[in-house]
Amino acid sequence: MDMNKQTSSLSAWLTMGPLRLLVSLVVPVIAFLVLRWSFIFMRDSDANRMLIGVVALIVGVGGVWLLFWITNDLVGRLPGPLRDRLQPFVFVGPGVVILGIYLVYPVFNSIYLSFLDARSENFVGLDNWIYTFTNSGSLIAFRNNILWMIIVTGFTVSMGLVIAVMVDRIGKWESLAKSLIFLPMAISAVGASIIWRFVYHPSPINKPQIGLINAIIVALGGEPISFLITKPLNNFALMAVMIWMVTGFAMVVLSAAVKGVPGELLEAARLDGASEIQIFFRVIIPFIKGTIITISTTVVIMVLKVFDIVFVMASGGQFDTDVVANQMYKEFFTFGNFGRGSVLALILLIAVVPVIVSNIRNLRTGRS
Amino acid sequence: MKSPSQSRQSKMGTWLRAFLSATPVRFAVIVICFLWSLPTVGMLISSFRPEADINSSGWWTVFAHPFEFTQWTLANYQGVTSTLGLGQAFLNTLLVTIPSVVIPITIAAFAAYAFAWLEFPGKNILFAMVIVVMVVPLHTALIPILRLYRVADLNGTYLGIWLAHTGFGLPLAIYLLYGYISTIPREIMESAVIDGASPFTAFTGMILPLSIPAIASFAIFQFLWVWNDLLVALVFLGTSRETRVMTSHMTELVGSKGQDWEILTAGGFIMMIVPLIVFFSLQRYFIRGLLAGSVKG
Repeated sequence: MDMNKQTSSLSAWLTMGPLRLLVSLVVPVIAFLVLRWSFIFMRDSDANRMLIGVVALIVGVGGVWLLFWITNDLVGRLPGPLRDRLQPFVFVGPGVVILGIYLVYPVFNSIYLSFLDARSENFVGLDNWIYTFTNSGSLIAFRNNILWMIIVTGFTVSMGLVIAVMVDRIGKWESLAKSLIFLPMAISAVGASIIWRFVYHPSPINKPQIGLINAIIVALGGEPISFLITKPLNNFALMAVMIWMVTGFAMVVLSAAVKGVPGELLEAARLDGASEIQIFFRVIIPFIKGTIITISTTVVIMVLKVFDIVFVMASGGQFDTDVVANQMYKEFFTFGNFGRGSVLALILLIAVVPVIVSNIRNLRTGRS
Repeated sequence: MKSPSQSRQSKMGTWLRAFLSATPVRFAVIVICFLWSLPTVGMLISSFRPEADINSSGWWTVFAHPFEFTQWTLANYQGVTSTLGLGQAFLNTLLVTIPSVVIPITIAAFAAYAFAWLEFPGKNILFAMVIVVMVVPLHTALIPILRLYRVADLNGTYLGIWLAHTGFGLPLAIYLLYGYISTIPREIMESAVIDGASPFTAFTGMILPLSIPAIASFAIFQFLWVWNDLLVALVFLGTSRETRVMTSHMTELVGSKGQDWEILTAGGFIMMIVPLIVFFSLQRYFIRGLLAGSVKG
């Protein structure tokens, strides 16, 4: 029966292929054209901005629902077997088409663009790749990104772990403490950058310091420091912002793992006369090693893509603070060089390939 | 410090020992929480101080006379929302964010349902594609999409940025909702089919209501992601005064008025207030969504 079903569905697939394609392509395209027309109309008209906004919201949000409803209705009018075969594509089609356009196509297009010149007109071979790996600007960006990944990940994960173990022992105030440390994760990187620019703010020597850190330094008898323009201190000042943002996240993840360590295991270790420090290193850490690796990977990927903090706090990477994403943004939008920018974008992609591979492996073994 | 009653001594003893061993830990946690909150508190306090005060004394000096009301003002907020146009930017952020959350949820829910419960050729390959592109950094997509938008005349439109956020958020949404929808018991699905429900009515009538927890987690993650995003907004919406969102607006103010702390602190707080409300009111969903979304490209 299975064989039969397979051959029949194969022949059906061959005849239905074009129709399927039609359903999953045509409807999104029509919807898109209508939406686009309404938006260009709204962009070019001089109506009240609030009114335009409300109309845009209704068209945008309602439009998607309408799209599904209409296609489903159309397919529902087809004869039985045809309808049943087309229906899944009504559901899955728009999602797959959007993923294809927004994430699959760009990867191949970027590879192609990386072999073309600045304006994507002439083939230049490996020039952009060679330039990227030899030019001092992008080399500094690579160096900084690697420093960011090591230092930020190291600090957030180890501090997150220590805090997770500590908050586990403070009883009823645990959730409040966790909230306070987790809170920066809710703030935008732009917001965090403004907060920390204020913390780092240096006033002239003869004036009162209004930035927290310089006020402390001056109170202790030091001289105010311009954290954001002093090399190489500025890089670490920027990393501190990200550490401040992400530590709470690592802490919450690790805290769940720490709670999973069996109480008997800890008791047994205590009975054997192990100190709390020994328990931490010999019992807790080995037990939650898997979570530590997962959270470290996650933080490394977050840090890899860091952009906003450098863009806002260091005016887009001045004084040798550039990271890869900022360098890429500069190539694209300041220098208008699509070839070199694409190389940098692809380097970010190559860096996450191991994660992609492990995800696929998990999918194969059915764990995800 | 010894218990007066001999009979209770041993009990008191263990309690005391537990208390004493917990005290340094408690103290350390309090110090960490204090240090972690200090930068945000400093900005919040400064945003309510007059410009002259901010520039002549540190924000911590307000604690000398906290109830001296002449040192507090709302003028910074008035200035930044009206004269500097942050009010408009706030509306623009809302206008960008809401559809950028609703559209991917809608499309992803339909797709996740098909992946979980309907049979169609190519299903496994398409699902593997979802998992792979979930980790692709959106940076890779910026220029190719920008070039497509130039052809389609979508640069600087809300539709353009909605679709971009939809595309970048979709793999995660499909993945999360699939994980949830596929665990709905088979009997429930079959009973619906016996009742004569079409896949579409089964979806809207049953799957969607049952998936609310997963939808909520994704919605909160995506809401904060879009609300806090700078890069996608810079690239696809641009920096024109009429359309730009709060993050681009504040970034521009940091560039042009970088030492005007009365503006930056008030503006920064306006930008943060909605995420903070979401954080405090929906913390559980928030953390769950964030954990799930941390792999997003």
